[in-house]
Amino acid sequence: MSSSRPTPPSSSAITPVRSIDWRASITGGLLIFLALVVALFLDTSWDAVSTFRISRPRDVWAVGNLTVPSQWFNTIAAIALAFLGTRLFLRGGGRWTALAMGTGLVILAMAFLVWATADKAISLTGMLHATLVRAVPIALAALAGILCERVAVINIGIEGMLLAGAFAGAMFGSLMGGWAGIICAMLTGGMFGLLLAILVISYRVDQIIAGVVINLFVLGLTSYVSSQLFTEYRWLNNASPFRAFKIPVLSDIPLIGPVLFNQNLFVYGALMLVCLSTYYLFYTRMGLRARAVGEHPRAADTLGIDVIKTRYAHVIVAGMIAGFGGAWFTLGSVGRFDDNMTFGRGFIGLAAMIFGRWHPLGALAAALIFGFADSLQQKLSILNTPIPSEFLSMAPYIATIVVVAGLVGQARPPAAIGKPYVKE
Amino acid sequence: MSQTEHKSDTTRDAVRALMAPPIDRDGAWRELFMVPLAAVMLALLFGALIMMATSVSPATILQSFIAMARGSVGSLHAISETLTATIPLVLAGLGIGLAFRAGLFNIGAEGQMVVGGLAAAVASFSLTGLPSIIHLPLVLMVGLAVGALYAAIAGFLRATTGAHEVISTIMLNLISFRLLDYFLRQPFIQKEGRSDPISKAVLESAELPRLLSFFDGNLRLHAGLFIMLAAVLLVYWLLYRSKLGFAFRISGENPQAARYAGIRSGLTIILAMAIAGALAGLAGATQITGVLGRASPGFSAGIGFDAIAVALLGRSHPVGILLAGLLFGALEAGGRQMQVDAGVSIDLISIIQALIIIFVAAPLLVKRILPPLFRTKSVNEDAS
Repeated sequence: MSSSRPTPPSSSAITPVRSIDWRASITGGLLIFLALVVALFLDTSWDAVSTFRISRPRDVWAVGNLTVPSQWFNTIAAIALAFLGTRLFLRGGGRWTALAMGTGLVILAMAFLVWATADKAISLTGMLHATLVRAVPIALAALAGILCERVAVINIGIEGMLLAGAFAGAMFGSLMGGWAGIICAMLTGGMFGLLLAILVISYRVDQIIAGVVINLFVLGLTSYVSSQLFTEYRWLNNASPFRAFKIPVLSDIPLIGPVLFNQNLFVYGALMLVCLSTYYLFYTRMGLRARAVGEHPRAADTLGIDVIKTRYAHVIVAGMIAGFGGAWFTLGSVGRFDDNMTFGRGFIGLAAMIFGRWHPLGALAAALIFGFADSLQQKLSILNTPIPSEFLSMAPYIATIVVVAGLVGQARPPAAIGKPYVKE
Repeated sequence: MSQTEHKSDTTRDAVRALMAPPIDRDGAWRELFMVPLAAVMLALLFGALIMMATSVSPATILQSFIAMARGSVGSLHAISETLTATIPLVLAGLGIGLAFRAGLFNIGAEGQMVVGGLAAAVASFSLTGLPSIIHLPLVLMVGLAVGALYAAIAGFLRATTGAHEVISTIMLNLISFRLLDYFLRQPFIQKEGRSDPISKAVLESAELPRLLSFFDGNLRLHAGLFIMLAAVLLVYWLLYRSKLGFAFRISGENPQAARYAGIRSGLTIILAMAIAGALAGLAGATQITGVLGRASPGFSAGIGFDAIAVALLGRSHPVGILLAGLLFGALEAGGRQMQVDAGVSIDLISIIQALIIIFVAAPLLVKRILPPLFRTKSVNEDAS
């Protein structure tokens, strides 16, 4: 599989001066720091117990609560973090950096949760349910990013496409009902995908500038139309969101059932799209051709693959997926559009893409970590932790920086990334 | 060679293409002035189309364009408003342009303005008993330094780990908004007796003096104008007359050559980001001490994002940025008048601004839409 090909011997050929592996040192140092945080700040009394509820009493197959001795758990977590950090610091991460970092973040999140629920109880099922729900827009944004970057187009405009999808979903969803809302959201997203494709493929505008411009344009356009129309005609911004529906029998399985099989259309749709695109990219002839366009467009062209057409198609489809992800914000949760309601989820999606090494399943796993960080702040406000809510809401952003700093260059993007293709 | 370098190479290529002088002089003149001019005209035209699409009557559209002109240059008050809006746009735009020259895309001006402005606000009311001549420069320096440090985080990460500055500065923006919300609720910052997040007022000794108050007390133009002009000169000197500026430009245009010339690329990246952040932080500080008088949530009002457009339109040249800043300041002031007179939302202005950059960044697109303006021999090659 091309994504796990080892990185070429690091940049030492060009920069003989740089002898320290900064990336591993910084991530390693950070993990050690986090171990100290867990050990020093997340301490409770030795006999505190954290209770996680799994089933509700009325469930078909009820399962007892999960109880964890808080201090013991966090001591072990601190040791594990310190071990991972020291290893990374001393020996460098190599191929395992992403795994070490992912494990580290998961351990940190678990330690945090155990600390916050010491001597209290929280519903583990509810937590995981929220994690999956929150991971949906991030996973879809990451998927859109993967489809673009696999054909060597950088798409910074995903944030704007999400926002456009959210807007179209709310407006057309109110006008013509939910399904029409989703279709219009996807069409709107696809339209901005087409705009990006025209700008970067045909007019060869710098891909990053084009993406940033699309973000600014969509932000302006949606704010303008919403203040121009939605304040006057409220009914235009009042769609009925999609409700969760249970899949019979499967949803009765303890823990997994309510988390996986009692969700709304967007969650099922996102999971299906992830599987579908994995199959498409790695197990079909079309997918192989698309990846060839991203790795070596000249060679692909020589073999008769239409590079320009392939890129157009993928960027437009990516826009449609981002539009679907955008509709989650309105049709999948509240049914109402607010200015700039995506709050950087598109960029977090790009980080998830890098974290997941340009593979849809990896991106889904990364999106789940971000989704967990995202749902933490929501759930922890119930538990009265002494940490201000503003800092909790920074968690996904800080995690994004850490991921991007720790993994860029380690994980290898498609070779032709960012370069326009000019046929000779 | 790692992939991030490939990625940024293409950014550099494009930025270089944006700034490179074309070969023949007639074409150069057209490239430099006609493209931005055509871009502005096209953007205004599309703005009118968008208004039409949202069922604004043609009479109102005409009225809003008249209001835009009246609100930007129609009176002394209008000119004062335009210049007041120009000051932070040019300051932050200079930072973004300077980073562009060094091959870096600083989207974090907004966040750097927020932290710089917040720090300046804190310094402006917590240091008491200083004379204005010491207090005011000190406050501005605090804003500048904090903005520089905040941007240097992204520069450091880029230099050491290769994390692309676009993603890290956007995340730093989002973090800065949360930091602002948090700090505005702290007792040593929050105004006494208020439950909403708003800071104490800037002391009189830290206020930037109003320039035209002897004329009319309502004219908001402040001494930040001189800071802005000084910054334009300073950045010009820095970029084109100093050793550091040479290092910036050569790293931006050809990082390989820069490395062989013995320029330390990591340090250059960190310094370029820090200076960009310093200018954005200064923009935040002048906004707090000259216009707003206190910090409140969202006080940066998207100026840091508009400044990206200013830098692109000004082609990352200090003088170009000054002119582009004046245009965007006029759009801003005119947009407010438009909202009052014609009832058209000021968000239209951000659409027009985004369209301007699309057209500036895609000169080929402008040439295709408005061919008569560019009918020379050099165009025929481009169009093929």
